[in-house]
Amino acid sequence: MKNYRLQLMVCAGTACVSNHSLEIKEALEREIKNHNLENEAQVVQTGCNGFCGAGPILVVQPDGIFYQLLKVTDVKQIVEEHLIKGRPVKKLLYTPPEEKTPIPKLSDIPFFAEQTLIALRNRGLIDPENIDDYIARGGYKALAKVLTSMTPDEVLNEIKISGLRGRGGGGFPTGVKWESCKKAHGDEKYVICNADEGDPGAFMDRSIIEGDPHSVIEGMIIGAYAIENVKQGYIYVRMEYPLAIKRFQIAINQAREYGLLGQNIFDKGFDFDIEIRRGAGAFVCGESTALMASIEGKPGEPRAKYIHTVEKGLWDKPTCLNNVETWANVPQIILRGGKWFASIGTGDVSEDPWGGSKGTKVFSLAGKVNNTGLVEVPMGITLRDIIFRIGGGIRDGKKFKAVQTGGPSGGFIPESLIDLPVDYEELTKVGSMMGSGGMVVTDEDNCMVDMAKYFLAFTQAESCGKCIPCREGTKRMLDILEKITAGQGTEEDLVLLEELSNAIVESSLCALGGSAPNPVLTTLKYFRDEYEAHVKDKKCPAHICRQLNTYKINEKICLEIGHGCDVCKKYCPDGAIIGERKKVHYIDPAKCGKCGACYDVCNFNAIYIE
Amino acid sequence: MEYNATEVAKKIAARWGNKPENIIEMMHDIQTELNYLPKDVLYEVSKFASVPISKIYNIATFYNAFSLKPKGKYKICVCMGTPCHALGAPRIVSALERELEIKCGDTTKDMKYSLEITGCVGTCGLAPVVVINEDLYGPVQVSGVQKLIKKYDSK
Ligand SMILES: Cc1cc2nc3c(=O)[nH]c(=O)nc-3n(C[C@H](O)[C@H](O)[C@H](O)COP(=O)(O)O)c2cc1C
Ligand code: SF4
Ligand code: SF4
Ligand code: SF4
Ligand code: FES
Repeated sequence: MKNYRLQLMVCAGTACVSNHSLEIKEALEREIKNHNLENEAQVVQTGCNGFCGAGPILVVQPDGIFYQLLKVTDVKQIVEEHLIKGRPVKKLLYTPPEEKTPIPKLSDIPFFAEQTLIALRNRGLIDPENIDDYIARGGYKALAKVLTSMTPDEVLNEIKISGLRGRGGGGFPTGVKWESCKKAHGDEKYVICNADEGDPGAFMDRSIIEGDPHSVIEGMIIGAYAIENVKQGYIYVRMEYPLAIKRFQIAINQAREYGLLGQNIFDKGFDFDIEIRRGAGAFVCGESTALMASIEGKPGEPRAKYIHTVEKGLWDKPTCLNNVETWANVPQIILRGGKWFASIGTGDVSEDPWGGSKGTKVFSLAGKVNNTGLVEVPMGITLRDIIFRIGGGIRDGKKFKAVQTGGPSGGFIPESLIDLPVDYEELTKVGSMMGSGGMVVTDEDNCMVDMAKYFLAFTQAESCGKCIPCREGTKRMLDILEKITAGQGTEEDLVLLEELSNAIVESSLCALGGSAPNPVLTTLKYFRDEYEAHVKDKKCPAHICRQLNTYKINEKICLEIGHGCDVCKKYCPDGAIIGERKKVHYIDPAKCGKCGACYDVCNFNAIYIE
Repeated sequence: MEYNATEVAKKIAARWGNKPENIIEMMHDIQTELNYLPKDVLYEVSKFASVPISKIYNIATFYNAFSLKPKGKYKICVCMGTPCHALGAPRIVSALERELEIKCGDTTKDMKYSLEITGCVGTCGLAPVVVINEDLYGPVQVSGVQKLIKKYDSK
């Protein structure tokens, strides 16, 4: 490979691409050519860097100079100042909120500095559409090691020593799962990668696939070898991720070309191949049995779990299903040893595979934090470190309210528990769960009743309808929450919510129903005062529940600044706004249906909520 | 859109080896090509893939991704993932409903726009996010909705 003085790594993850990073890449190439620098500087497109809120991102290697929020018009300056004169362009560097001095190097930016990368070790460093880049960073070395010097049992043992647990939700020990599948009778078995990533607010798996698809493929090949009698693997990707699907397909094709997939891999008489299947927008298909039904071309309805999928899974054959991030950890465990992996994290897994949480976990940090994006941290780190050190605290100087982990199956964790160490058991203890790694931060402007209603609406809509507690119970709960947010709730409703929750948890067939009440239960537990404000005072403290708001017009602003522009009247569906152009406008409270349209459309902020 | 139902079904079924278990993939391809699942094409694909039509309809109604109704030329999807919701996506939906004069889930009379909500599209760093066909926008503000639609009005 040719050596360049400089490498310009342009982020080409979904978020950056949507902000025109590919046009920036073209502009860079053009400018480099204009200045005859083609032999000195190379432009590379990488996967997601994880710092999505700062995109489009460019990192200039080898010094790791980090540029953010780029525009095509900035490119000329970067080439002329940085590439030619060696002076990084200050105004395009990252400056922490509330500070003045920019931090030029990626490795010094707190968002990156505090992370430990295993699953994301290649992020921003390779072109995900080029297998040679992966190989240059030690890719497929673990596979070579496995096929040339390890027996399947030795591979399995290494995974068991590592203490790796499933990253897709339940935290089931991966070694135990592989072993059961290995022991199951049958000479035709399957491995599957769960890339359905349905939790709203989780995008770890998308990022791993877009940034480093081969790490997942390598993990799956190693898994197939360890479990034995596996010739076919599937990757089930949600259709909302077109770029991930494309990158996976390119990676599979390249791996086949290199003889890493297909017949007689590495001339060791080992055959294995992978195909992609697209999901079709049903959250329940992330559940293992529903996912397998979907691959079989059926509606994705879960089945009762008393028959385990490791014994009877896809087409009734023994099947091992793991999450994207779980698979991506496998090659590193093989290369660096299970002991090394187990040295990171909490607890002790040498006796009991459930005895601790080992290695790292990738979280997608989103919502009201300053630094939204992807973070990989050692298990056991506190929520405070994630949200305030890495995440840079709450946006706009607002007050932190709660962090939601585990998606629709998880719960809200309040400020009083912010020093909680993040591991499987600790999160479960406080009523939430690790889940797949979504972490949504809320602040004082969010209403906890509204957030609970949001999740209930989600699970209710996604319930497959097969069993009654989930189908009817979630509907009843949603009705009650709607009543409360519309100002018609009573105190008995809060008791009823708890009763329904417990009934649904106990009697649902799959974990979708079984965990659906968690967001309601945790908000009732930690934010009961907000429910009471809705029920007793008929007020939404955060002004989110519109039916509880009273909209008013500030006459002075309306007249003096807005000059009675009359826009609000046009949009009012109830004819509740009185006034004419150039005059003061009023809202007739008797007619106002409280839709909030006027509040949204007034360009002068003349309308306020009392 | 002009199409020959038999031709489309035959081509797509063959792409997936005419295997019944690949019916969902075939339906994806039909929808990508024609922007919804027309009845005549489903009947044809049912023959080529040897899957009963009742089962195909069962799948089409089970999965949210499939539509049996034609969609607008521009499919506007407002992301309703948690971060987008927390950052005001419901207000974006109301603003779009006002702007397009349709309800969420419907298509404008001229078949130009459909408005729907979607699950997390995985770019929560840009929340709230709106996806219009292949283009992704974020963060979208209520005040920017009008301008966003104008971009497509002239197309
Ligand atoms: C309703 C529901 C949705 C799920 N969605 C996902 C998902 O999107 N991705 C995922 O990896 N696991 C998901 N799971 C968990 C899977 O059923 C399964 O436990 C996991 O993929 C196993 O892999 P792991 O052991 O590597 O975590 C879901 C479970 C349920 C009940
Ligand atoms: S708990 Fe809900 S999603 Fe799961 S099988 Fe029952 S109805 Fe379907
Ligand atoms: S809140 Fe809605 S109904 Fe009330 S005045 Fe404003 S636009 Fe009219
Ligand atoms: S939109 Fe605002 S400024 Fe214009 S008339 Fe209404 S309240 Fe007054
Ligand atoms: S919640 Fe909208 S992109 Fe994730």
